[in-house]
Amino acid sequence: MDSNSQFEISESASQVPDFIRNSSSQRSISPVQSIWSKTSGGRSIREVSFSELESKPVRHGSRGADSEGFSASYKEINDDDARLIYINDPDRTDEKFEFAGNSIRTGKYSILTFLPRNLFEQFHRVAYVYFLVIAILNQLPQLAVFGRGASIMPLAFVLLVTAIKDGYEDYRRHRSDKIENSRLAWVLVNEQFQQIRWKDIRVGQIIKVSANETLPCDMVLLSTSDTTGVAYVQTTNLDGESNLKTRYAKQETQTKNPENEKISGLIKCEKPNRNIYGFQANMDIDKKRISLGPSNIILRGCELKNTEWAVGVAVYAGRETKAMLNNSGAPSKRSHLETRMNREIIFLSIFLVALCTIVSACHGVWLRRHKDELDLMQFYRKKDYSENEVKDYNYYGWGLEIFFVFLMSVIVFQIMIPISLYISMELVRVGQAFFMIQDNRMYDRASNSRFQCRALNINEDLGQIKYVFSDKTGTLTENKMEFKCASIGGIDYSNAQDSTEDGQIGNSAQGGGQVLRPRMKVKVDPELLDLSKRKHTGEGKHVCDFFIALAACNTIVPITVETPDPAVNLIDYQGESPDEQALVYAAAAYGFMLIERTSGHIVLDIHGERQRFNVLGLHEFDSDRKRMSVILGCPDKTVKVFVKGADTSMFSVINRSLHLNMLNVTETHLHTYSSKGLRTLVVGMRELSPSEFEQWQSSYELASTALMGRAALLRKVASNIENHLTILGASGIEDKLQQGVPEAIESLRTAGIKVWVLTGDKQETAISIGYSSKLLTSKMTQIVINNNSKDSCRKSLQDALLMWKKLTADSNATPGGSRTGLNEVALIIDGTSLVYILDTDLEEQLFELASKCDVVLCCRVAPLQKAGIVALIKNRTDDMTLAIGDGANDVSMIQMADVGIGISGQEGRQAVMASDFAMGQFRFLVPLLLVHGHWNYQRMSYMILYNFYRKGILFCYLDTWLFLCSNSVSELELGNGIKNLSVKIRLLDKKDVFG
Amino acid sequence: MPSGDGSTKSSTKTSKKPQYSRFTQQELPACKPILTPGLVMAAFLILGLAFIPIGLSHLSASDNVVQLIDRYDEACFPASSSNPEEANGKRISYIQDDKTDKTCTRNLTVPQKMKQPIFVYYQLDEFYQNHRRYVRSRNDQQYRSASAERKTANCDPEAEVNGNPIVPCGLIAWSLFNDTYSLSRNDIALPINKNGIAWESDKTSRFGSDVYPKNFQTRSPIGGGKLNEKIPLNQQEDLLVWMRTATLPSFRKLYGRIETDLEENEIIKVVIQNNYNTYTFSGKKKLVISTTTWIGGKNDFLGRVYVTVGGICLLIAITYIIFYLVRPRPLGDPAYLSWNKVPASN
Repeated sequence: MDSNSQFEISESASQVPDFIRNSSSQRSISPVQSIWSKTSGGRSIREVSFSELESKPVRHGSRGADSEGFSASYKEINDDDARLIYINDPDRTDEKFEFAGNSIRTGKYSILTFLPRNLFEQFHRVAYVYFLVIAILNQLPQLAVFGRGASIMPLAFVLLVTAIKDGYEDYRRHRSDKIENSRLAWVLVNEQFQQIRWKDIRVGQIIKVSANETLPCDMVLLSTSDTTGVAYVQTTNLDGESNLKTRYAKQETQTKNPENEKISGLIKCEKPNRNIYGFQANMDIDKKRISLGPSNIILRGCELKNTEWAVGVAVYAGRETKAMLNNSGAPSKRSHLETRMNREIIFLSIFLVALCTIVSACHGVWLRRHKDELDLMQFYRKKDYSENEVKDYNYYGWGLEIFFVFLMSVIVFQIMIPISLYISMELVRVGQAFFMIQDNRMYDRASNSRFQCRALNINEDLGQIKYVFSDKTGTLTENKMEFKCASIGGIDYSNAQDSTEDGQIGNSAQGGGQVLRPRMKVKVDPELLDLSKRKHTGEGKHVCDFFIALAACNTIVPITVETPDPAVNLIDYQGESPDEQALVYAAAAYGFMLIERTSGHIVLDIHGERQRFNVLGLHEFDSDRKRMSVILGCPDKTVKVFVKGADTSMFSVINRSLHLNMLNVTETHLHTYSSKGLRTLVVGMRELSPSEFEQWQSSYELASTALMGRAALLRKVASNIENHLTILGASGIEDKLQQGVPEAIESLRTAGIKVWVLTGDKQETAISIGYSSKLLTSKMTQIVINNNSKDSCRKSLQDALLMWKKLTADSNATPGGSRTGLNEVALIIDGTSLVYILDTDLEEQLFELASKCDVVLCCRVAPLQKAGIVALIKNRTDDMTLAIGDGANDVSMIQMADVGIGISGQEGRQAVMASDFAMGQFRFLVPLLLVHGHWNYQRMSYMILYNFYRKGILFCYLDTWLFLCSNSVSELELGNGIKNLSVKIRLLDKKDVFG
Repeated sequence: MPSGDGSTKSSTKTSKKPQYSRFTQQELPACKPILTPGLVMAAFLILGLAFIPIGLSHLSASDNVVQLIDRYDEACFPASSSNPEEANGKRISYIQDDKTDKTCTRNLTVPQKMKQPIFVYYQLDEFYQNHRRYVRSRNDQQYRSASAERKTANCDPEAEVNGNPIVPCGLIAWSLFNDTYSLSRNDIALPINKNGIAWESDKTSRFGSDVYPKNFQTRSPIGGGKLNEKIPLNQQEDLLVWMRTATLPSFRKLYGRIETDLEENEIIKVVIQNNYNTYTFSGKKKLVISTTTWIGGKNDFLGRVYVTVGGICLLIAITYIIFYLVRPRPLGDPAYLSWNKVPASN
């Protein structure tokens, strides 16, 4: 159950586990979807408990085929839920006209449907319906208390303003749709690429895209300008990540030129879905069946970069593209204050009905008592004598009269129910959002981002937060990895110094008259640098292999960036994992610079000497193995497999019979590193004999073209080759704390907010970060729960509770010592134990324990466990919870908490998309919660109270009035009241009228 | 919004850093008084000390008002039978009979010296001039101009007679109060000035000078007074006063002014034409002769409210002062916060 700390973080940006996407759809408007996601959410929690690894998929690049670590959870495609695409034959593909064309329509309305649809949407709000009912009641002539027109005016005004706003927005959407739809793309028509408009593109057509162009639809890559079939795309529009992603064309199609030879084939792929990181398909071409994965598809909205051209076949178009399917609405949560207010309003409604009943009853009594006098009574005049035949005038029998009085009193007393308060509250919240967005203290200079309010209706909850659940990487820390130290061959090199003078030398490489330099400088250890240059000594060889492994065993793509100085070019390492970037930059600093990477080979500049390594095979990271490996054909004609991975998974595959001493030393180093808060990786290698290699090659090919259980087969192939490794060494990468985090945590705790950290990292790393962020102090008593079975969990929990009781008893025994922090308790629990605790009867005990602890640190937790912990608190207390995180693995917890905050940082925008608020830095929590939250809550409360008070006063007055005018209800009561007042004022100057 | 100060402005054009302004940063000067004991005590003390004199002056002003109230509806037609229903029936038939003489004489004694101007009011009790059916039965457009005389919407059931519009239409006008009073002192008539008793705005704008009564009170049942068809509506001040419907079921309306002083113990003889029918709904009619002061007529309510509120404020202030002297405690002591209270105390 222990996962690789290095990978956990990196993967989250690139691969969203399936169930997270499920839960993200919980917020979508469609009820069908949310029902589905609820059921699947429940299932996936259970799933995670024994296959947490499934939740940690990583695509660490490969030749592409079959990279999804989580594909095991996918079924092979059935014919029923597959879509068949005949390449270059759109007519046949879309025989039944069931596929969407590529024209998009984000506009909601057309001219005809605008009025009914817009009104329908606006009347989703209860307040409007309420107003409408009151207005309709007012239209009945018997009931008209207020003037008929006057009663409809305010509602009509609000509706009109909203409709105009909606209409304008929709007009703009239509305009941008039109622009989007009429963009041009090169499409193969009659054996020739012709420019046609985007909206005319159909599924099955072959499209050619040039560099820096935006992709018009989702397409499967057929061939690219690169001979190996690599294409790079930037997915900024899709998920906000600005790094380049590699996508691959299949070798089978790469060689074909659609203009010269007719390509025909059949692609069988999934029905359109919103999973932007998953794709599953088969392609039948030239009587061969090839499997396609997410790395073979390029999505609408992405941009093609660093690739001259790419040719692909459209598989999803228009509204069925993944980009469009992901355009879901903003999340909606309801604030506690509003929930409370709703309760009061229901109470008031009951009171209103009771009161109206009393009024109508009183009116009935009055009518009965005066029933003989009504005919002629000057102020009632039941009879109408204007016709010859004397009739009742405006009198419908006393039963109906009472009923009418009831309805009329509803109209008059409706002010008692402050429905308009909902609208006022919304306006106030818009103002509050404005203040929060405009706050300079919450502007992040580094990412140039302001505070973002994504949910508008829970502003005031920010002031009521009792628990903060925080992710670690990217939230507390910067997620900018820096290579700090290495343990190579049992020797610890951690005296890294600023590579200002001598470091610079090894830092650059000559190439074609130009100097190449890595974009980021890394501190180097001079001793190690020295050693790495002496590659012919045994020690030096070992160091060389270590750095080759660092430089090669990854999916980083080097990109050359020009600088103002024409002689110097910078190399920018683009990759999905910041850990890998750090390792490659480190290798470059030590003179092992990655210059070029294609799917077939890599070029390293080793101390000024260019060497070409053939990439014979690559096993991607997957969360079962927690390691990745690359098989290189070295320039000296040997074949080596380099493996890097998490310590636990690596030590089990390292040949313990060799270098046992070194192994033990390395383990000690690893322990030191992780207790310093560094993220560790172990690197190993093995030389393959030709026979071994051939065996591997055949089984690899078999596995990668397998139709059933491809991922599992590949995993097996990888495990077969990744064993009996020689240990090369280990690396320590520092994950820097974000600015102001310790201070922020301290302020939050002073304010009585409990801060819990939930991380996927190792326990040691988590604890050390805990210390450096002042979450843990040396005075605290730590309770650690690490168990492998339910029974032992039960026992530890009971022990922990007993311990806590003892501690509190002690503190009570020592007078005055209770609040000094001596007896603060920190609970540290790991994901494995949580598997046995969450969703079982032990939850209650955990809650009891956790709520008593001052700090809770959960390490090695899966995304859904994060949500489970949030739910643990949320379901058992009335306290407000806030979850803050930056990666896709935090999405479930962000959505579970009462308030979800996304950090717009390194790891893409998944967290931000799911959050209620988004900001740049963790420390902004302090102004957000303690200043804005406080104010928001206080101001909103005052407004609600004042509103109730105002209505109460008005209502008291009306009510007293009513009994003074024989319970006949009319608008003039109000007018009379005002007149009464004005008469009083008049008396002061004229003294002659006595009202 | 005040424009920001230049130094905090972002250096690059593309920066999204919010513009500094004291408004957006919520740094505008604000006054949030902290409710210190001294402030609270002072506030209550000042309120109490200010309100009590105001209230007392109101009460004394009200006390200086001299008023004479005489209920005459029963007195002018004494019960002829011990059975109240029968007596009421007789009264109704009496009041509805056009031909009988309804003159009634009352002698009133002036309790104290009354200085002019002295106001004469009629008071009606249990007359719901605020009733929904009643207040709405009028048409102000018709009253305003002669051309709109056919506009009788809302005036039912007193809108038309045989297809001709009633001017002024509606129940309110129809039920115009028509008792008259003539006063005399020592057999010398006391003139009542009936000019200028209506609101100026009613005369100038709400009722037209070219609108003359038409078809008014021509059909049975007759609700009240008749109008002189030669005088335009805006000159008929009694109607104008009546048309200002009262707020409460018990109300006074101005009848006129006496512009001479009345001495103490003088006997005033009032000759009443008892025309108006309140017997059908057991309403009461009263004649009120009263002087006024700066607070208007006799009204103790406002004075009492001031004195009560002022008294309560004073009481609270004194209680606080006593508490403050007996058990003082430092301001803003966090030890009293709920989460800082030592649990051992329970």
